[in-house]
Amino acid sequence: MKLLDRLPKLPMPPWRRGAATAARPWRRAAAAPAADTLLLAEYAGPDGLLAAADRVRRADWADWDAHTPFPVHGMERAMGLRPSRVPWYVLVLGLGGAAGGMLLQWWVSAEAYPLVISGKPYFSWPAFVPIMFECGVLGGALGAVAGFLAESRLPRHHHPLFESARFERVSDDGFFLSLGAAGREEGDRALRLLEETGPARIERLDAAGVAEVPAGGPGRGRPAPGAAGAGGAAPPERRVPPEDAP
Amino acid sequence: MSHAPARRLSAAEVSLPERHPLRKAGLVAAAAGALAVAAVLALAAGDPRQALASYLVAFLYWLSIALGGLFFNLAMLASRAGWCVVVRRLAEHLAGTLWLYALLFVPLAVGAAYVWPWWGGADPAADPILAGKAGWLDPGFFWLRSAVYLAAWALLGWWFRRRSLAQDASGDPGVTRRLQALAAPAILVYALTQTFAAFDWIMSLDPHWYSTIFGVYFFAGQAVAIFSLLALLAMALERGGKAEGGERRPGPLAGVVTVEHYHDLGKLLFAFVVFWAYIAFSQFMLIWYANIPEETVWYAHRLEHGWEGATWALAIGHFVLPFFFLLPRGVKRKRSTLAAAAVWMLVVHYLDLYWLAMPAIHPEGFRPHLLDLVALLGIGGLALGALAFALARPALVPIGDPRLPESLSFENM
Repeated sequence: MKLLDRLPKLPMPPWRRGAATAARPWRRAAAAPAADTLLLAEYAGPDGLLAAADRVRRADWADWDAHTPFPVHGMERAMGLRPSRVPWYVLVLGLGGAAGGMLLQWWVSAEAYPLVISGKPYFSWPAFVPIMFECGVLGGALGAVAGFLAESRLPRHHHPLFESARFERVSDDGFFLSLGAAGREEGDRALRLLEETGPARIERLDAAGVAEVPAGGPGRGRPAPGAAGAGGAAPPERRVPPEDAP
Repeated sequence: MSHAPARRLSAAEVSLPERHPLRKAGLVAAAAGALAVAAVLALAAGDPRQALASYLVAFLYWLSIALGGLFFNLAMLASRAGWCVVVRRLAEHLAGTLWLYALLFVPLAVGAAYVWPWWGGADPAADPILAGKAGWLDPGFFWLRSAVYLAAWALLGWWFRRRSLAQDASGDPGVTRRLQALAAPAILVYALTQTFAAFDWIMSLDPHWYSTIFGVYFFAGQAVAIFSLLALLAMALERGGKAEGGERRPGPLAGVVTVEHYHDLGKLLFAFVVFWAYIAFSQFMLIWYANIPEETVWYAHRLEHGWEGATWALAIGHFVLPFFFLLPRGVKRKRSTLAAAAVWMLVVHYLDLYWLAMPAIHPEGFRPHLLDLVALLGIGGLALGALAFALARPALVPIGDPRLPESLSFENM
């Protein structure tokens, strides 16, 4: 047993519960029960993935995401993603930076250490505009980085999908769709939905590990462990156990 | 990248239809414009200073848009841009109307003594500064320089348009390579001529005053104007005339220029709104900081004596409002909001040029005159007529350009 596993387990924060969800993670994570099964479908190219994303969106599946090696045009529409909230971080931090820059100069030049420079008033705002501008740019840039990290739930050290060896190709030439499901019955529905989209292959990631689902009807995959099959059982705290788990 | 299959366009698909309203509008505008310009020049007999100053501002306004077309075309060629090919022909057509301004400059060349205060020369004892500039501010040299600028622009606009039109038939990618290679030196010619034209025609209205950034300021206004006008022109050409039944027909650019191209034009418009403010403030701050009377006099005119309202209107209308309005992504991706921003920028661009030139004519304060409007509409009518003439026959999209498929399927991230 690893040392980490002996430590008392903390409850998962709500935003970490769903798999890497797509459209509204803050909503869905609360609504959907925690997934104990991930289905990973691989497609031959971006066109197949786009069609599959369109199908899954119309099925109104709660917990899913697409994974591609490069940004695919039209994916936002196919997935029904809402506009990014990052611009709001940029706006607020940009304006805050500009206001802070101006305030700092006003305080330094007119309040804390008033000094007459070339016969101008202490608060000579035109001279302060370039620094205000730069502070605004700095705030906006930091806001873009912070907003991106916050909205993407980063930094994050591990993701259950990394257990799949095939998934490594997502940074090279692999096009994937992942569906999170809670319980045996929902897992079967997810599998049926994915098989409709014609993927090249499907993998099931659950407490038992990673297994390829052979082509054919639902239920032909490896039987899920007893606890998950009961439906109402409490989901395991870690969706994919460490290698030395029983 | 894109998943759409490569599209090809035929000249017939993207030419102005026989019954497109722009044809008639161009004729009517040209006729009315000629009348209005004639009226302004006739009234110059009574009040030559006002009439010619109004004429100068209107001339600069429409010239700056056509020059913006030249800039857009050259910059896009030099940077080998692919996204803009579907709108590049419109800029080529606009630059192709630059010959008109060589004709329209004639009244200003003839009546220069009424407009430019240095025309009569200066007494070295009374005005040593002006006397020191007599070598440059010399009528003969002024005419010569103006002729060089106007000839260079007309030539560049005509040549780049002609070569591009020839490519429509041949489809020879070598034409694009040659235009790209020549665009870089042409930009140099454009930059120098438009800088010195701004010095000669606008800055010398206050002959004591000088600002080395002035040419860049004039350019920034052109860029704002061209991105606005290209968006509006493409939207106008997305609409066709009314069919017999009364329903609207799609125009020649419908389905060719898409929301993705408007988004990029909007982004560039936004960028140059900021660039204009950056340049305008740079000019102001250095002069304000140094506080040397011979430099501050220009701003003293504009921040006091009844011009302060125009100055603040310009700062807010040309920067603050459009900056926040154009900030959201959705505004640039919606035709109606982008069109509103474009119309607004074209209005405040006129205010910008008016604010540059008119305080020299009316140092006593902001005095709008009916002739300002008549001259603006008159030269505008002629400009629209020349543009409609240029647009009438050839394809509205460079169908022989090897980057056209890339542009047709262009998508923003």
